[in-house]
Amino acid sequence: MTVKLPPQVPRLAAVFAVAIVALVAARAALVPATFGKYGHYRAAAVDSIAARPVKYAGRQDCEECHDDVAAQRLAGNHRGVGCEVCHGPQAAHVAAPSDVTPPAPRDRSFCVRCHAYNASRPTGFPQIDPVTHNPLKACIACHDPHAPVPPRVPQECSACHGQIARLKALSHHVNLPCITCHTVPQEHKVNPRASRPTKPTDRAFCGQCHDKTATRVAEAPRIDLATHYQRYLCWQCHYPHYPEAK
Amino acid sequence: MQGYIYPNEYELQWGLLIVLYPYITGLVAGAFILASLERVFNVKEVQPTYRLALLTALAFLLVAPLPLLGHLGHPERSYEIFLTPNRKSAMAMFGFVYAWYLTVVLLLEVWFEYRKDLVLRAQAAHGVGKWFFSALTLGATDLSERSLRFDDAAGRLITVIGIPSAFLLHGYVGFIFGSVKANPWWSSVLMPVVFLFSAIVSGIALVLILYLVTTLFRSRPVDMPCVDKLATFLFYAMIIDVSLEMLDFLHRLYESEESIGILSQMISSRLFLSLIVLQIVIGTLVPLVLLGVTSPALRRGGVARGSEELRRLIYLVTAVLVEIGIFSIRWNVVVGGQLFSKSLRGLTVYKVEVLGAEGVAITFGLLALPLVILWVLVKVLPPWPDVEARSA
Amino acid sequence: MRDEGRAPAAAPAPAAPEPLNRRQFVEAALKACGAAAPLLVAVIRIPAAGGQEAAGGVEAGYDPTGHYYGMGVDIEKCIGCGRCVAACKAENDVPADAAHFNTWVERYVIEDNGEVTVDSPNGGIDGFPPLESERGMLRSFFVPKLCNHCANPPCVQVCPVGATFATRDGVVLVDEKYCIGCRYCIQACPYGARWFHPTKRVAGKCTLCYHRITRGLVPACVEVCPTGARIFGEVEQRATPLARFMRMNDVQVLKPHLNTKPKVYYANLDGEVR
Repeated sequence: MTVKLPPQVPRLAAVFAVAIVALVAARAALVPATFGKYGHYRAAAVDSIAARPVKYAGRQDCEECHDDVAAQRLAGNHRGVGCEVCHGPQAAHVAAPSDVTPPAPRDRSFCVRCHAYNASRPTGFPQIDPVTHNPLKACIACHDPHAPVPPRVPQECSACHGQIARLKALSHHVNLPCITCHTVPQEHKVNPRASRPTKPTDRAFCGQCHDKTATRVAEAPRIDLATHYQRYLCWQCHYPHYPEAK
Repeated sequence: MQGYIYPNEYELQWGLLIVLYPYITGLVAGAFILASLERVFNVKEVQPTYRLALLTALAFLLVAPLPLLGHLGHPERSYEIFLTPNRKSAMAMFGFVYAWYLTVVLLLEVWFEYRKDLVLRAQAAHGVGKWFFSALTLGATDLSERSLRFDDAAGRLITVIGIPSAFLLHGYVGFIFGSVKANPWWSSVLMPVVFLFSAIVSGIALVLILYLVTTLFRSRPVDMPCVDKLATFLFYAMIIDVSLEMLDFLHRLYESEESIGILSQMISSRLFLSLIVLQIVIGTLVPLVLLGVTSPALRRGGVARGSEELRRLIYLVTAVLVEIGIFSIRWNVVVGGQLFSKSLRGLTVYKVEVLGAEGVAITFGLLALPLVILWVLVKVLPPWPDVEARSA
Repeated sequence: MRDEGRAPAAAPAPAAPEPLNRRQFVEAALKACGAAAPLLVAVIRIPAAGGQEAAGGVEAGYDPTGHYYGMGVDIEKCIGCGRCVAACKAENDVPADAAHFNTWVERYVIEDNGEVTVDSPNGGIDGFPPLESERGMLRSFFVPKLCNHCANPPCVQVCPVGATFATRDGVVLVDEKYCIGCRYCIQACPYGARWFHPTKRVAGKCTLCYHRITRGLVPACVEVCPTGARIFGEVEQRATPLARFMRMNDVQVLKPHLNTKPKVYYANLDGEVR
């Protein structure tokens, strides 16, 4: 025997049915065509993002016309520095070379952004003190930006190792030149990472001044090398550039 | 700004409007669960508030999406949540949980509850009124015994479905925050549970306030057993809620994970007023003491026997303090989660606007709007237990 | 009964058919659901036929399935000049203010007593001012940061509408025409890599210069880095600069415990970096 549904049920069912049909129709009309093609996103978005204009041309494009400058740069210390680091984004210049002229920074403030002394920079990066280093003179007066060899090969290690030099300047080792402990091949000033200075390898080296039997440097503190923490190398505890630090 | 924050963290992304949204859905879930106490668990004393709680839930649920739409960068595209929801996103599921709750739970429940009244009013009205009420009945004008029993059974079934749905409605808001592993202030298993219980607390407090205020305005006698029962349930719900919050707090302190440093700093500096003062002292401790002393929760007739008038006043004050406290919880979660950097090294500030699109003025407006809607609903579907529907 | 205290009953109805018991009610409900089910299936399955989509973009011949991109960063090479930050803003039209960066540089100063200070003045776009004092400094270094283009991106997981996504070639992008601006992705990113565009009102982030790499160029930040601290290449391949970088260095990723599987690999990364 059939059960007569209360009148509420078919009416409510009709209301819900209308709502669901509306949702289906909306979906068919409004969901973008490329949605879901590769994943839960509008595939056409990838295309529109990829179609954005390029502002930096890239150094390969510069080399196509300026191969002489490029060759010069690649042979020198700025070999890793792209053209547009200094000359700004130049895709427009590549597209229309005679209409767009790339700027060339000539002000001191430009070069010191990278080369001013900053203790946080990695050791070995060439740095100068902009206040004392040839003040008011344009950097490019002495350094060709495409082949920035300094006019004189740096006598002091502090040109690239400024933080170490400053620290050492406050210590008892202040009067010891770097080459006291480090043998520096000439090649190091040209190709720093390829040719590295040596470092002392044994306790006896420091003992030359600090052992109780040593005769050099009367004012150096003396210890008995044979018994003073024999297990360790000296610099495991004493930082040679600031040995008095506790 | 203090310490270090990622540069992109200078601007807070989720402001007052997003604080408002869980507050409103919490009130909805709480009011509905209170209504269900009478319907499913047969707590007779709170029966005078049953219809009022339903209408309150409906009024607030209608307003709930507004702060979200106001906050979106492109509200005109919000329909995308329904058309291409990302099934992995808790926020996407919002659209469907909301739609489910609004239609299958609240609207249906209100309709079944009021169908008889609507039919009677349609019969008694003339002109536009007759057309209006007839439309609301959807043409189901049968008032036979069988139909009415069906209404009752359907209402009970919907309430039974509605309770877990209310848990889901507000629990998932907690999940939206609790599932963000990037944020140590939000990321917690307890977040949905704490949100839910604080929602229940705020819902009961709201119905208590509305019942007392509307009864006062209508110059009717207050049903004291009803109000005492509400206060009792409020007390019990607060005990559970405060226990959960204490658990979260103790757990954090005990585990002492990497984020504890910056979070402690944030609580003692940026969140001192909203957390220690508003949420804990004014919003939780003071109401617990007041309710514990005056309501029958701990002892029949109250620990301290006071006059009915005094009890009503204390209940009202307590409920208001509770609402302030729950709003502070939402603030502390939403804004607190953005006041510290994900680098765990710094704090920032939230500059609240007064008049802007996410300002204090709009917030007050959005809090007042559901009360306006409730006023309209009350005119169309009177919830008062002592009002007789006009019959043919 | 339920109707106590309510409106008085209407006039008695004519004799009704058999009362509907619970079983019959459930049957009726199930019938209604059964009728609705095909409609619900249709909602989910019906293929959409939306409007016209823009054509063009990726160069002909570029096959996204043949690439899977990543990036390397060598902390020991970064000098904190900030050229990458400036180049990125120029290349990608990122708002010029101090609150929106696709990439930025942080400086860490670690002192003898273990205290760590981190700063990033305007994202490092103008370089870094000298430290007030080097006294007590144990270590100091720069850390470039950017979107990690995670293989398990939490930002993609939370986007409600599918406006942010990972392409088949491993780049996480934002569809500006589809984003609704809810900012959930910005909250979900553990690295602070995303921001909200003030006028377009959509989410923004590093695109790994997708418009460049699909044309055989490198990202703008990689192009302008003067010391080669940034290395662009392919993950899971041999003949790529990134593979050499990962062979010659001990590499780490940021926040590995979150299992986002970032594809930006840091060499010489200090434990204090977050």
